[in-house]
Amino acid sequence: MSVLKWSAAEVARKVIDNKELFILDVRNTDAFEDWKIDGHKFEYLNIPYFELLDGVEEILPKIPTDKDVLVVCAKEGSSMMVAEMLSDAGRTVAYLEGGMKTWSEYLEPIKVGDLTGGGELYQFVRLGKGCLSYMVISEGEAAIIDAVRFTDVFTNFAKEKNVQIKHIFDTHLHADHISGGRHIAAQTGATYYLPPKDAEEVVFDYTPLVDGNVVQIGASKIDVGALYSPGHTIGSTSFVVDNKYLLTGDILFIDSIGRPDLAGLAEDWVGDLRETLYKRYRELSDDLVVLPAHFMIIDELNEDGTVAKRLGELFAENHGLNIEDDETFRSIVTDNLPPQPNAYQEIRQVNMGKITPAIEEQTEMEIGPNRCAVR
Amino acid sequence: MNSNLQLDAKGLSCPMPIVKTKKAMDTLATGEILEVQVTDKGALADIPAWANAGGHTILDKSEDAGVITFFIQKA
Repeated sequence: MSVLKWSAAEVARKVIDNKELFILDVRNTDAFEDWKIDGHKFEYLNIPYFELLDGVEEILPKIPTDKDVLVVCAKEGSSMMVAEMLSDAGRTVAYLEGGMKTWSEYLEPIKVGDLTGGGELYQFVRLGKGCLSYMVISEGEAAIIDAVRFTDVFTNFAKEKNVQIKHIFDTHLHADHISGGRHIAAQTGATYYLPPKDAEEVVFDYTPLVDGNVVQIGASKIDVGALYSPGHTIGSTSFVVDNKYLLTGDILFIDSIGRPDLAGLAEDWVGDLRETLYKRYRELSDDLVVLPAHFMIIDELNEDGTVAKRLGELFAENHGLNIEDDETFRSIVTDNLPPQPNAYQEIRQVNMGKITPAIEEQTEMEIGPNRCAVR
Repeated sequence: MNSNLQLDAKGLSCPMPIVKTKKAMDTLATGEILEVQVTDKGALADIPAWANAGGHTILDKSEDAGVITFFIQKA
């Protein structure tokens, strides 16, 4: 029959709209088990492409004819080959343009809500990697929090919304993905802020981000206020936006909490993490809507594709916020931690400005899930 | 290490290194050795996985200036 080509954007719509999809993933079993395209109603078959070189007849009975079928591989080439074989066998299937590499990079901007005086808050959902970036917009001005490295997405979005990017924040020095913050700042003339305690080794200029800093966006002066909340890193800082939203960075997620070990000091920072989650956040209003810098599993997405939940609900439901005993907490966040994010040490070096790998290398470094949480 | 056949798959991207490796392997007899050179990073994991699935043995793997060389003994 025929072969269709789907973009990452089309696949993202399937995820967000809770559509059914059958994914034939032709990567290695290890790669598939480590990381795949997650959807609420997706079904999967993983057969490495090199097992299909003699033909696809054997797998035909396993491939449905009554739903969309998407063939996926690392870059694209193998999925095209397998899709063509399936087409020759009489099936109509699609392959993912650019493969998992492109999926890892795709960002979908979704509106989280309205702010005082006509402002808006957008969440940029990087479905493939589980990274979340934010843009606060108000009357011609914008602030960005935790921008990923695809600077064009943010600058184009700002153009589309007719706003000028004034302030760019990173909640901490990221270890799972490469920040686009300072590059957007260089392009736009915006101020780039980093928590100084995370930035001791950085080799570029930045504006220190400290507890109590408040910037105001637009004429209606939407407050973006910094709240020092260490634990994932020693500098980790949260933001309260318009007294409505709490941007938690990698400290608190919807269904998990941040891990304290990615900068190598789990034992030292576990007390800070405990203090932030069990004291500092407890002093805030339960009605704040938590907007984290990551999600880990697809179940953390709301119906509209956003990742957001009331702080009060998280206090009731998030396991990581309900560990009574200090020692149990210490043990959970420091023992038997999951593997670290791919290339996390190199990624930290990039974010400090110490190394500047080629774009292709950056893509390789960011392959795989973010792994910033402990559950 | 000596090989019975050399395959240059440098500059090819996935899936061609494996497609060519398989074709070359099909021409060899059990116990013979194929030497294959690739530059595609994906082949680094895929060639051993492919060899493993077919029961072939990777006798040696080395990397020099971005060129990865495998010696594979046919099952």
